Amino acid sequence: MPLLEVKKMTHYFGGLRAVNDYSLKIDAGEVRGLIGPNGAGKTTIFNLITGIYTPTEGNVILDGESTIGLRPHQVAARGLGRTFQELRLWRHMSVLEHVMMARYSKLSYGLIGAFLGTSKRLKEEEESRQIAMKMLDMLEIKHLAGDSIANLPYGAQRRVEMARALATEPKVLFLDEPTVGMTPEELNQMMDIFRRVRDELGLAIFLIEHRLKMVMELCDRIQTLVFGEVIAEGVPEEIQNNPKVIEAYLGKEAVT
Amino acid sequence: MMRNMLNRFAEVPLAAWLIGALCAVYLEQWVGDPLTELLLLPKIPVLFGCLIVLKTPKLIPSTVVFLILIYAVPICVIAYAVRKPANMIAAKLFSGPIWISAILHLGLLYLILHIWSDISAYRELTLKFTLIAIIVTLSLNLINGYMGEFSCSHPGFMALGAYGASVFSLVLFADDKNFGEALLPGILGPFMFPLGLIFGGFISAIGALVVAIPSFRTRGDYLAIISLAFTFIVKSLIENLEFIGGPRGLGSQPDFSNLLVVFIWTVLCVWIINNYVQSVYGKATNAVRDDEIAADAMTVDTRKTKMVTFMFAAFWAGVAGGLFAHVLRFVNPSTFGIQKLAEVLAMVYFGGLNSVYGSIVGAVSLSLLGEALRPLELFKWIIIPLLLILVMIYRPTGLIAFKEFNIRNLIQPKHIPEDEV
Ligand SMILES: Nc1ncnc2c1ncn2[C@@H]1O[C@H](COP(=O)(O)OP(=O)(O)OP(=O)(O)O)[C@@H](O)[C@H]1O
Ligand SMILES: [Mg+2]
Repeated sequence: MPLLEVKKMTHYFGGLRAVNDYSLKIDAGEVRGLIGPNGAGKTTIFNLITGIYTPTEGNVILDGESTIGLRPHQVAARGLGRTFQELRLWRHMSVLEHVMMARYSKLSYGLIGAFLGTSKRLKEEEESRQIAMKMLDMLEIKHLAGDSIANLPYGAQRRVEMARALATEPKVLFLDEPTVGMTPEELNQMMDIFRRVRDELGLAIFLIEHRLKMVMELCDRIQTLVFGEVIAEGVPEEIQNNPKVIEAYLGKEAVT
Repeated sequence: MMRNMLNRFAEVPLAAWLIGALCAVYLEQWVGDPLTELLLLPKIPVLFGCLIVLKTPKLIPSTVVFLILIYAVPICVIAYAVRKPANMIAAKLFSGPIWISAILHLGLLYLILHIWSDISAYRELTLKFTLIAIIVTLSLNLINGYMGEFSCSHPGFMALGAYGASVFSLVLFADDKNFGEALLPGILGPFMFPLGLIFGGFISAIGALVVAIPSFRTRGDYLAIISLAFTFIVKSLIENLEFIGGPRGLGSQPDFSNLLVVFIWTVLCVWIINNYVQSVYGKATNAVRDDEIAADAMTVDTRKTKMVTFMFAAFWAGVAGGLFAHVLRFVNPSTFGIQKLAEVLAMVYFGGLNSVYGSIVGAVSLSLLGEALRPLELFKWIIIPLLLILVMIYRPTGLIAFKEFNIRNLIQPKHIPEDEV
């Protein structure tokens, strides 16, 4: 049984068919890539799987259970963590607060703890703090823990988003163009981080990325999406040499 | 020279300031009256002279002298003089459990307020209303500041709490023309009063549920409209309920809201709300405000967060209403109208969003200002809005916004940094 399975998912925005008959199987520890031109429907697929939209048709099964109809925070708590293409950070919170917030569903001290500051709360929040620091360490931004998010450079903000997603203890981590705006040097660091995250935390990664070099190097299998339909799926070499992909996607931009 | 002085005062801990203030209020009690005569003032300046100054400007110099002699000089001199022993005591207390130190500081603060308000009944009343304003402001800040919604239902919640608590004490502890004879011996009254306030708070929280369910079901700015409607509905509902006095109001509540009771409830409110906003659950309100989709994706139950925070805030507004009713010992529905709303909103936005300090500062400064400007009557309603506009222009989020209220920092001993000794 795969860890995450998407079955024949179709989604309409009004009359626009944004995703058509999309299927996916991911196993633990796997790194998957999703590529495709702008407006192909990649982000929409993420939003459908993580519960922000409910698909018009189809099913999403995580660990043998359907997640259709669950609210986004419930889907997230079951183990689908994500980052956003357009950064979505909380602009009045510190870096550490961001990552600790992702522990929300793991806390059990309840409102009494929140109102009265019970010892259970102190214990649980201390645990959250330690886990958060571990995630920040993994992303190599531990030293920024106390900083306010608004003052950080773009690359660091992207890392905070990823640390935050990791703190939800995902089984599958969805990364929507995680290296946009990063320098080549930062890009290499991020690739190392992705590998380390996969190995140390044993989670699967599902990656949307425009930089083909990175996708080809990192991913075990790649899907190519055009107008909401998967036109090719396979290991990197297959994708690279697939005439349909070259025509629809690589044809215009040289493989970098 | 000036900087040097300021540096020296940097090592004065809160405890020393409180001791200074305590001496000042004692001093006022002892020599206040003779000093007023000497300075040809009509009576002791009740609210730091604001009232006198506006009525008879030629008394400004005497008032200033009075304030300097009674407050400024004694507070500074004594606070400075006792800084070393105060620091030692504060350090000793600080190493133990924090609550002991906090309670001792609060005890000192209460003593100061008690003695200060002993001078006149008007002072005491103003002080009680100010403390109640802190509760109302802070609880509204939860919704409008921490959660970033815009709610207009606080007067409605206060009304529910005020009437809830009033009915509770009138039915149980007073012989009343509306509700008949007291059901319980009056001696129990003060001890049961917290239950009455909590009862009022719960009624407000249920009212909040009525507002929250339609407002938070969907994303969108329905709350402002629905909550405003709620305030009007509560008001006209009470006006039409004859058994609680209708538009004439409800009076002769027992005198349960003495200064100590109001003070304790204010402290409780600040403490509990401050706990809440510093917990992960409380900070989830900030996450919901700044980016709800991201909050959802990080496992935050956004709907629950909004509902709970809204009801929690309403609860405190209800408690404040109950206290208010028992301070005034009379309530009528017209108290809880649009003017009350404007007042509370002004306190929240003036003091500062997303900040416990801000709410305290906003509530205290506008309460005192409101009283001080009373002699100007109509002008009050020009000056306060004008002030608000100025703050909004120069500090859009209020005077002290987005600042954490840290009790530890407040009461810790102060030592000047080594390199400056
Ligand atoms: N909420 C929405 N309502 C209506 N149409 C939408 C919505 N979200 C996306 N779309 C449309 O669906 C199509 C797919 O959009 P999507 O954002 O998934 O593309 P993408 O592959 O992520 O593109 P990019 O590479 O630019 O991020 C686009 O035509 C877009 O305009
Ligand atoms: Mg996209």
